[in-house]
Amino acid sequence: MSKTVTREISIGDVGTRGSEASEKADSSRMALNVGPSHPTTHGVLRLIMELNGDVIEKCEPVIGYLHRGDEKIAENMTYNQFVPYTDRLDYLAPLANNVAYALTVEKLAGVEVPERCQAIRVLVCELARISSHLLGMGVFGMDAGAWTPFMYTFTEREKLYTLFEELTGARFTTSYTRIGGVARDIPDGWLDRVKTFCENLPKATDEVEKLLTRNRIFLDRTEGIGVIAKEDALAYGLTGPNLRASGVDLDLRKDKPYSGYEKYDFDVPIGTRGDCYDRYLIRIEEVRQSLRIIDQVISDFPSGLWYAEDARKIFAPPKEKIMTSMEELIQNFMIVTEGPQVPPGEVYFEAENPKGALGFYLVSKGGGVPYRLKIRAPSFCNLSILEKFVPGHMLADITVILGSLDFVMGECDR
Amino acid sequence: MISDEVGYNGKVEGDVIVTKADAVINWIRKHSVWPMPMGLACCAIELMASAASRYDISRFGMEVMRFSPRQSDCMIVAGTVTYKMAEVVRRIYDQMGDPKWVVAMGACASTGGMYRSYAVMQGVDTIVPVDVYVSGCPPRPEALLDAMMKLQDKIGREPSVGNLRKPKSVSAC
Amino acid sequence: MIDDEFTKALLEKNGFLSRRESIDCLTMDCPADELADMALSLRDEEGFDLLVDLTAIDHGEDAEVRFSVVLHFYSLVHRGYLRFHVPCSDNEKPSVPSISDIYPAANWHERETYDMFGIEFAGHPDLRRILMWDEYPYFPLRKEFPLAGIDTPLPAADVVEVTKASVEPAPMMGGPFVSSGDGVMSESEPRARDESWTEESEKPS
Repeated sequence: MSKTVTREISIGDVGTRGSEASEKADSSRMALNVGPSHPTTHGVLRLIMELNGDVIEKCEPVIGYLHRGDEKIAENMTYNQFVPYTDRLDYLAPLANNVAYALTVEKLAGVEVPERCQAIRVLVCELARISSHLLGMGVFGMDAGAWTPFMYTFTEREKLYTLFEELTGARFTTSYTRIGGVARDIPDGWLDRVKTFCENLPKATDEVEKLLTRNRIFLDRTEGIGVIAKEDALAYGLTGPNLRASGVDLDLRKDKPYSGYEKYDFDVPIGTRGDCYDRYLIRIEEVRQSLRIIDQVISDFPSGLWYAEDARKIFAPPKEKIMTSMEELIQNFMIVTEGPQVPPGEVYFEAENPKGALGFYLVSKGGGVPYRLKIRAPSFCNLSILEKFVPGHMLADITVILGSLDFVMGECDR
Repeated sequence: MISDEVGYNGKVEGDVIVTKADAVINWIRKHSVWPMPMGLACCAIELMASAASRYDISRFGMEVMRFSPRQSDCMIVAGTVTYKMAEVVRRIYDQMGDPKWVVAMGACASTGGMYRSYAVMQGVDTIVPVDVYVSGCPPRPEALLDAMMKLQDKIGREPSVGNLRKPKSVSAC
Repeated sequence: MIDDEFTKALLEKNGFLSRRESIDCLTMDCPADELADMALSLRDEEGFDLLVDLTAIDHGEDAEVRFSVVLHFYSLVHRGYLRFHVPCSDNEKPSVPSISDIYPAANWHERETYDMFGIEFAGHPDLRRILMWDEYPYFPLRKEFPLAGIDTPLPAADVVEVTKASVEPAPMMGGPFVSSGDGVMSESEPRARDESWTEESEKPS
């Protein structure tokens, strides 16, 4: 004769569920390994979880499955040779990483780039932000079960890829910046094509919004789930849209502006509740604000050079001069073989990347090769809070929470 | 309606084709390869782009990207394989059912790519037998589709009937 | 604002700090045993509520103080960064107190610094490797560790049985070419910091 055991579970809020689950901790706990190869973990993240029925009691993230040794490689490469490695950090917005790295080394070397170069960098950073958030939203919808927004956002991203390919030569691992400037000037007519893209993008964003933002199923899955309190967000070192969703007003483009951001007028969306829905709304709004910035950059695009002409030991002169004049030939030879000569010292620079604040801490002992380069990755800090706020949620919420945090393992593990 | 363009006359032979068993089995297998995307790093984004609407891997019958190894035919290793991840890749490969193929997508999966360091396995062929290598960092979706077509050619040449009778053996590399 | 007034007040309040030269933000030297109190005072009194980064530098085997831990703090109130250098007293077994109970962000950063450098953080709740696998015997970012890596067995025994794979040094093949930049030109030409095998020299077995 089997004995039936009935147990009342109240569908209250996450906190009560969590405390109720811990009270009734009997041997019905199950260990579950959401392994490194799993569709929900964007990239190779492993979660070792303990479940009590459907409620998660403990969640421990294991990272390092994509640790490629970037920091050690940086100690063996010249500054310009390291630029392709920065592409592959946050591989959804490679141009933003390139710009952050170039700005760090230029800060230590004391190089000021001209206005046109700054405008190109801002333009390219904002396009990268749009690209990253579009993918973030598409994949977030896919995590919640909606396949169509993924297809729509990828179509828009393909248009962006065409623009990037025309500018840099590669679809997305661009390696576009150099220390002291950018690799090449923008092609003729490229700005008009960017403008056309920006005029067509709001329609696509509106379509994705129509599918997700007021969707009953999406709201049920994301509202009130994954709430990160303001104090926790600051204590665990979160940055970027995740921090702003919890109500903290920190945007490096406004607080510590770089590369000419202070000239442009844009708003920074701040959330109130810090749940998954807030993080989604903030990313959509950031795409719209990025379009505003791009409009302003294009309408007043400065002319001039795209590299720092007086940085003689840092940026290689143009090819025509190298092939014809002796001094420029020697200069190019020194920069290519020995690397851009950066004076000894240390510097820390952070840029507002789509995932958060990407920082580079550079220690140089002179010469063309860094002595120590530390990459402060936003996704590394964003993931450390998982252990704290996931317990208490149901197993099915994990997909939505991971999707809303929008992290990239390439950056987290370096 | 029987078309005149078909190579045989259906009224004479009936709707029957006589061919080698290998040809039929291989034809079925190669037009419905279900990939298992081992998306590790940046190449995974190009894999997703080739599954999206512009490059549409679905026209080859490959849009069914099952993350379950038991339900897939071909493992596309897209991204850098580190030594820490190597055992996971091998375990998933072992769980796939025969016949199975592996495509090493990108420079990192083929030979370690530009990451010559202490933590990166210099090529996934150290732990799994690879059928097609795709170069590029990342390879364009067209390159991946070309690789899948080459895989289809390779599948077409396999002695499938002979393999049916062979006992399953653990494949080293 | 982090200006001279702020610096003076901070130095007066904490006599053990000393200022360091720096081009971008206020940088201080802090002895290791005062680190925990300093961190507490930074969080509660000075308004530096965001620990941005925690890492370490290896100054080389010949240096007097081989390892120093570097911390970066950001204040939303002052809108500025603050950097601390904390030297580790022992060159063989470097150790520094952990601040993960004051700044929970430090938890993973300290684990990573331990993983890469071997610096022990006293009082850390769970100090184990985070980026390399748990049984890895070396500390990769130390200066004597070669970029190509050192032979170690692969962590999974069942995979090794079937495939005979192991963690091997990567083939550097004579690259990457870097130059020291100083000294006589003929000696400072770019050459490989040859870590492993090339076409000329045999692969070490």
